[in-house]
Amino acid sequence: MRLSPDQLVFWQHGFFKLNGTLVFTWALMALLAIGSKLITRQLSVDLTRARWQSLLEIIVTGIATQIEEVGLRHPRKYIGFFGTLFLFVALAALCTVFPGYEPPTASLSTTAALAICVFVAVPVFGIADQGVGGYLKTYLEPTIIMLPFNLISEASRTLALAVRLFGNMMSGAMIIGILLTITPFLFPIVMTVLGLLTGVVQAYIFSILAAVYIAAATRPRATTPAASPAT
Amino acid sequence: MIDWFTVCAQVINFVILAWLMKRFLFKPILAAIDARETLIAGELSAATSKQAAAESGRLAFEKKAGDFDQQRAALLSKATTDATVWREKMLADARQAADDLSAERRDALAAESKSIADAVGRRARQEVFAIARRTLNDLGGVSVQACIVDAFCRRVRATPGPTRARLGEALSSGSIPAVVRTAVELPAEGRAAVQQSLNETFAADVPLRYETVPALIGGIELVAGGHKVVWSIDEYLCSLEKGIAEVFGRKSVSAPDPVTATLGAAEGK
Repeated sequence: MRLSPDQLVFWQHGFFKLNGTLVFTWALMALLAIGSKLITRQLSVDLTRARWQSLLEIIVTGIATQIEEVGLRHPRKYIGFFGTLFLFVALAALCTVFPGYEPPTASLSTTAALAICVFVAVPVFGIADQGVGGYLKTYLEPTIIMLPFNLISEASRTLALAVRLFGNMMSGAMIIGILLTITPFLFPIVMTVLGLLTGVVQAYIFSILAAVYIAAATRPRATTPAASPAT
Repeated sequence: MIDWFTVCAQVINFVILAWLMKRFLFKPILAAIDARETLIAGELSAATSKQAAAESGRLAFEKKAGDFDQQRAALLSKATTDATVWREKMLADARQAADDLSAERRDALAAESKSIADAVGRRARQEVFAIARRTLNDLGGVSVQACIVDAFCRRVRATPGPTRARLGEALSSGSIPAVVRTAVELPAEGRAAVQQSLNETFAADVPLRYETVPALIGGIELVAGGHKVVWSIDEYLCSLEKGIAEVFGRKSVSAPDPVTATLGAAEGK
């Protein structure tokens, strides 16, 4: 049994390899990009519009609203990052209904890559909002003694993000695989439905946590939220 | 567990996917939403403008309607007043016309009545004179003219003192001869009698000129220097005329000549 789609290797040449994670990721990327291109090809600015356009507008405005509710004042500046994060993770989880598909988010490499992206995005957005000095000063608050703890916090929450998403996605796929061998009919269906739900919830949680981290980096310390959402 | 090549590739994949999604999904969708919001805002603004214009138009219309009502009321009031004035004027004119017509009819009736009365009086005098002439002629062959001359001569002789003095002065001082008027031409005997009575009364030779005036019917009058001596049956016929006038409802009778009346009244006594 494969624990990760990384283990499904199609081609390898030294350090370079073509595994299942990359292939499924490219498939999801193609699906998202081509679908978006097709839907947004003929957008209507009138009061009447197509159903697909309405669906996308609902999703986009929903993401923007969530970003704003987290505390980021200009959601359009961050919607490209968080929206892609959410849609990729959610679609990776939803596609588990297709036989033979393995979510790339069930690979710790993918979740680590996403966590690294968040880890990089936090200082990038923070510096863009407050400047280099303003952002670095947040590591010295409330006192300079807190500098090591703040650095540990940055590293640990990145690791927590990666492991959390990986654990949830991998465990869901693993449970379905195990139940398929034990009770081939009833339980896998129930668990698949449950997996869809938990996959979307994990996508939401991952995106919201990333937004909270960035919001904490782009705002003064005094106005940051008192506590972060927990899984 | 972690394949670092895959991690690097996934990071690159995610960056590419983020760019693709921003390029093909978020940017167009947000642009469409913005365009729609702009469109709706424009329509709302246009609707607000139209509503304001409609409100302004409604207020203007209400003001015009109010002004129109006031003008209509003013015109109606003026028309009512004019009609009332015109009606009063027309009624006054109608009353005046009716009064004028009534007065005209009354005058015409009075004139007609007077004319009838005059005609009757004239006819009565003619008839009375004719009856008297026939009667006197039948009874003793006496001429009425001779009797009238005789009566005139008696009246001249019986003229009272002051009147006689004024008349004598007029007859003697005037270079124009005194005029004797009769209804028919006076015969020579009559003229002689008249001349004689005047010469005797005023002790002078009075020059006379004779004229014929048919309207006198039965009488003689002497006119000299603004004075007049008359004998006529008119005064007797006045009572007859009065009686006739009473029959026609006349209130008054035309008064006779002052001198004649005076002399006539004296003669009657």
